[in-house]
Amino acid sequence: MAEATFLDSNELLVNMGPQHPATHGVLRVKLRLDGERVLGSECVIGYLHRGVEKIAENRTYAQFAPYTDRMDYVAAVTNGMGYCEAVEKLLGVELPPRAQWTRMILAELQRIASHLLWLGTHALDLGAMTPVFYTFREREEILNIFESYCGARLTTHAFRIGGLQYDLYDEFETDVRKFCDYFPGKIDEYEQLLTTNRIWMERTQGVGVLSAEDAIALGVTGPVLRGSGMHWDIRKAQPYEAYDKVEFDVPTGEHGDTYDRYLVRIQEMRQSVRIIRQCLERLEPGPIFGKVGKIIKPPAGIEVYHSIEGPKGELGYFVVSDGTVNPYRVRIRPPSFLNLQALDKMVRGHLVADVVAIIGTIDIVLGEVDR
Amino acid sequence: MTDEPKSPPNGGTSDKPVQRAAPAGPVTSPQKPAATSPPKPTPKPIVKPEPWASPLLEALQERFPGAISDALIFRGQAFFTVQKERLIQVAEFLKSEGGGSYCLLTDETVVDYPKREKRFEIIYQLYSFERNDRLRMKVLAGEAETVPSVTAVWPAANWLEREIYDMFGVVFEGHPELKRILLPEDWTGHPLRKDYDILRQDPEWVRANLKIESGQ
Repeated sequence: MAEATFLDSNELLVNMGPQHPATHGVLRVKLRLDGERVLGSECVIGYLHRGVEKIAENRTYAQFAPYTDRMDYVAAVTNGMGYCEAVEKLLGVELPPRAQWTRMILAELQRIASHLLWLGTHALDLGAMTPVFYTFREREEILNIFESYCGARLTTHAFRIGGLQYDLYDEFETDVRKFCDYFPGKIDEYEQLLTTNRIWMERTQGVGVLSAEDAIALGVTGPVLRGSGMHWDIRKAQPYEAYDKVEFDVPTGEHGDTYDRYLVRIQEMRQSVRIIRQCLERLEPGPIFGKVGKIIKPPAGIEVYHSIEGPKGELGYFVVSDGTVNPYRVRIRPPSFLNLQALDKMVRGHLVADVVAIIGTIDIVLGEVDR
Repeated sequence: MTDEPKSPPNGGTSDKPVQRAAPAGPVTSPQKPAATSPPKPTPKPIVKPEPWASPLLEALQERFPGAISDALIFRGQAFFTVQKERLIQVAEFLKSEGGGSYCLLTDETVVDYPKREKRFEIIYQLYSFERNDRLRMKVLAGEAETVPSVTAVWPAANWLEREIYDMFGVVFEGHPELKRILLPEDWTGHPLRKDYDILRQDPEWVRANLKIESGQ
C-alpha cells in the first residue's frame, strides 16, 4: 500500500490560482480531482491580508473610516455606510432625513455597480464576451456620479460618522434620475443576451446547488442565500437608515443554483432602481449632519453590533469602546469570507469548468475575504 | 457655582435632596432659568448596558442554573455570558425550536483583555429567522485554556474559529482542522492580541520566505 504511486490512483491534485483570472483576485483553490470531476476542494486565502482590524485599534474612530473602503473595493460606499452606522449606533446619534436618503441613494447605486461588475465578469468567465462591455458602460455612469459627488470613483469615503461630508452637487438629482430612466432598459439588454441564452442556461442551471438549510448552516447570506429560496434581506428584516419607508420586493430563487442566483441579482438591480426613485421623491433640503462631537469618544465598556445588507451579503461591524478616541476592537463580519466557506459544498461532484462558474456566482472580493 | 449642583433634579444620588427641597418649592423655581442655560442634560444620560429580562433568559436560567451570567441589554442588543463547560449544551438549546431557533451563526470573534484573569472574551453573534432577533453569547477563556468548538452545532464556525486561532491563538477543542487561515502556517505570534504591537512581525519568516530583511 505504501508503494502506491500517483499512477495507481485516479486522484489528482490541481492548484487553481492564486494567479488565475477566474478566481477574481488572489484566491487559491486546491482541487482534488478524479478526471474532470471534483472530489473536494480547499481554499487557501490570506494573500491580501493587511490586518485591517489591527489598524482599526490604532486609529481614531474617524480615521479608520477610509480603511473600510479598501475591503470590498468594488462596493466602498456600502462598507463605509456600515461602519459609520455602527459607530453612530454606539454613540446614539440620529441622522437628519437628508443624510439618510442620500446614503440610501448612493448605497443602492453602489449595489447596482457591484452587481454589474459581478455580472460582467461572471459572464466573461463562462465565455460570454459581450456583457462585460455592456455592464462596464453603465457602471461607468454610476462611478461618474460618485466622482462628481465626492471626487473619488472607487475608494469613495462618501460618508462621515454622523452624516455626510458634502452636500449633493447641483445636478445630482438630474443625473440620478437620468440613470434611473435608462438603466432598466439596459437590464433588459443584459437579459436578452443571457436569460434565455442556451449556452448560459446549460452552464448555470443545476450547477453549484446549495440548499437553504446548508446555506444557513454555513453562514451564507445575501443573494446567495436568497437564490436558495430564503426570503431574507436585512433591509426588510431589520431596517436601517430609512429602508422601512420605501417599498421594494425581495427576489428569491427556487433551486439554489447558479442560474437562480443570476436571476436574483438581476431582479435586485431592478429593485434598487425602484428604491432610488422613491428616495429621490423624498429628498428635501435640510441639514446633513447629526449631533456628533468634534472628538468621537464613546463611553467606556460599551459595544454594538450593526449589520447592513451589502451587495454580497450581511456586512457586520462589532465595535467595542474603552472610553478613548481609538476603538478598543473593531470586528468586521465580511460576507464574502463566510460565503466562500460554502464553495467546497457547492463544487463537489461538478466538473472543473463549473468551479469557475461557482466561484463567480458566490461573488467574492478577496480584499474583503482577507482584510 | 455651589448652587448649580443642587438645582438639576437628577436621578441616582440626588434623590434625597429633591424630596427635602419639595416644601421649599419657591426657592428652587427662581433657579430654573439658571439651570436651563447649560444645555448639559441632553448628553448626560449615562450610557451603559442595563439588565436584560426576557422569557428566553428565564428559560435559559431554568435549564442551566448558574451557567448564565451578566445578561445585559444595550441599544436593544441583548448579550450574556455563558459558562465554558456548558457552552455546547446552551448552543444546542438556542439552536433548537424551544430555545428560539437561533440557527444562523452570523459571526464569531474574540475581544482580548490582557489584564483580566480570563483574557479572551469569545463572542458569538446569533440570529433567529423565526423571531427576527439577534443575540450575543459570550464565553470567557484564559491564556492557556481551550474552548469547545461549536462547529458541530453551527458549521459556519469552521473558518471563523480558524481565524480566531490564527489571530488570537485560542485553541478550539473538537474543531475538525484547526490551522491558520489568513497568515502563513509557519508564522509565529498572534497579531490581534493586544500585546502584539502593530509594527511587529515575524522577522525570521520574512527573511526565510521573502529573502529580505524586515522592512518595518
